[in-house]
Amino acid sequence: MTTIPQPAGAVLHDALPRLLPRTPLDLAAHTAQYGPRAGTQGLSAMLAEAGLTGRGGAAFPVHRKLEAVAAAAGRSGRTPVAVANGCEGEPASHKDATLLRLAPHLVLDGLLTAAEAIGARTAHLAVEQGSGLLPGLRAALAERGGDRVELTEVPRRFLSGESSALTGYLSGGSGLPRFPQPPTRERGVGGAPTLVQNVETLAQLALVSRYGPGWFRTAGTAAEPGSMLCTVHTAGTAPRVFEASTGTPLRRLFGPLPSPVQAVLVGGYHGSWLPAAALDRRLAAADLGVPLGAGVLAALPADRCGLVETARVLRYLALESAGQCGPCLNGLPRIAAAFADLASPLRAVGSPRLLDDLARWSGLVEGRGVCHHPDGTVRLVRSALTVFAAEASAHQVGYCTGSNPAPLLPVPSDPAPEGLR
Amino acid sequence: MNTDLRLAVDWTACTAHGLCAELLPERITLDEWGYPLVEGTPLPPEAVRRAKRAAADCPVLALKLQ
Ligand SMILES: Cc1cc2nc3c(=O)[nH]c(=O)nc-3n(C[C@H](O)[C@H](O)[C@H](O)COP(=O)(O)O)c2cc1C
Ligand code: SF4
Ligand code: SF4
Repeated sequence: MTTIPQPAGAVLHDALPRLLPRTPLDLAAHTAQYGPRAGTQGLSAMLAEAGLTGRGGAAFPVHRKLEAVAAAAGRSGRTPVAVANGCEGEPASHKDATLLRLAPHLVLDGLLTAAEAIGARTAHLAVEQGSGLLPGLRAALAERGGDRVELTEVPRRFLSGESSALTGYLSGGSGLPRFPQPPTRERGVGGAPTLVQNVETLAQLALVSRYGPGWFRTAGTAAEPGSMLCTVHTAGTAPRVFEASTGTPLRRLFGPLPSPVQAVLVGGYHGSWLPAAALDRRLAAADLGVPLGAGVLAALPADRCGLVETARVLRYLALESAGQCGPCLNGLPRIAAAFADLASPLRAVGSPRLLDDLARWSGLVEGRGVCHHPDGTVRLVRSALTVFAAEASAHQVGYCTGSNPAPLLPVPSDPAPEGLR
Repeated sequence: MNTDLRLAVDWTACTAHGLCAELLPERITLDEWGYPLVEGTPLPPEAVRRAKRAAADCPVLALKLQ
């Protein structure tokens, strides 16, 4: 087994980071560090044994998607397509951009190995407009001579990275999600069976294909093995990207916290608020009881109002709805408006029905769109109403316990959180 | 024994005509905005014919049997 030389500096686990070098690796440095790209022999079985799941949010087992796309290609007789999803539409997440900046060759290795494994002859890598990633990626590709990867910038919006939106855009369409029958794995780019994987997933795949499942499992918990990239938000500092072993206590991930914490956001804007006690739990969906999403974590200081913070995010999420699906189009703006009322004691006092409305509309949008945007939004709403229930009661009798109005989470078009100014 | 057919809505196409709720009232009702609330469990055999008709009659073909 090749051992990966460890860069100096802070690491969260003895064997980490695996994916994130401290400075960008060109092809020579990449090959010196990781060795040559591995072939596809036994890849699916290795991925199954490793237990690698998707890092783009849904944590779907990677080997099953590879097999499904290959099977769909076999059935239809069409050559499949492989897509690396580096869109990272979520404003609070920076891990994919960081990875693409520091280790572009690891992502390209993973993309090409996955493409080869399913028999694809076309490979795409998509990033967001304005991310500034294209020049570096072009330079990385130029170093690789014969390797062909189509680089594309997608419109800067939350939904652009949803798999059917992305494959639609790559096919010359509008870049909005579509009815998921047939699914992307059967009909994606240009109508061909298409594998869409997050760029971190592909970087992880590049390492599993080199070092094997046993090595992969030397980090992380048995049920959710390996490492994952996280974007960690604490008040007053710029967000930080870490590679953490799953199973790392959250408190260790956050590091020294400047002020007492009242709640933790796990899984980003489609994620869940948890009470501060979650700081003493481990980074694993099984331990936290909620999905980890794409690894966005935020610690809300005790002096902030969790309802105000959530209302800002919900307003953004409602504006980002593509407005294609009736329940989402009607429900998300109503939910966002009702939540904004709840966040304002002045307005909450005179509106005793807000909580009932929020519960009913949440039920009416859940599962009733062609993409999971409404479902993720409802997850955030429900967790906020649970974790900030006492605050909601306070608002409904006219006062707010928050004393510091500075925003924590970044929302485009809103004032930037203090750490970013 | 139920069939393995289920009703689904292509939400990008549905324009809240509400016709489907008239044709299949035991499986489709309308929400407060006029959009169908569809029972998504497998259809019993006796409902299949009318479900097909409701799908075919949706003015924008948004109701799917799959
Ligand atoms: C609204 C929405 C936005 C999404 N945005 C992204 C994104 O920016 N990047 C990403 O990798 N996956 C995103 N996803 C998930 C993709 O649809 C898809 O599941 C993922 O790219 C598959 O890769 P993975 O299995 O490696 O995670 C999004 C999903 C939804 C519902
Ligand atoms: S569910 Fe909402 S966000 Fe998703 S495609 Fe439909 S309207 Fe757009
Ligand atoms: S008939 Fe078609 S358009 Fe009308 S509500 Fe039903 S599914 Fe929607």
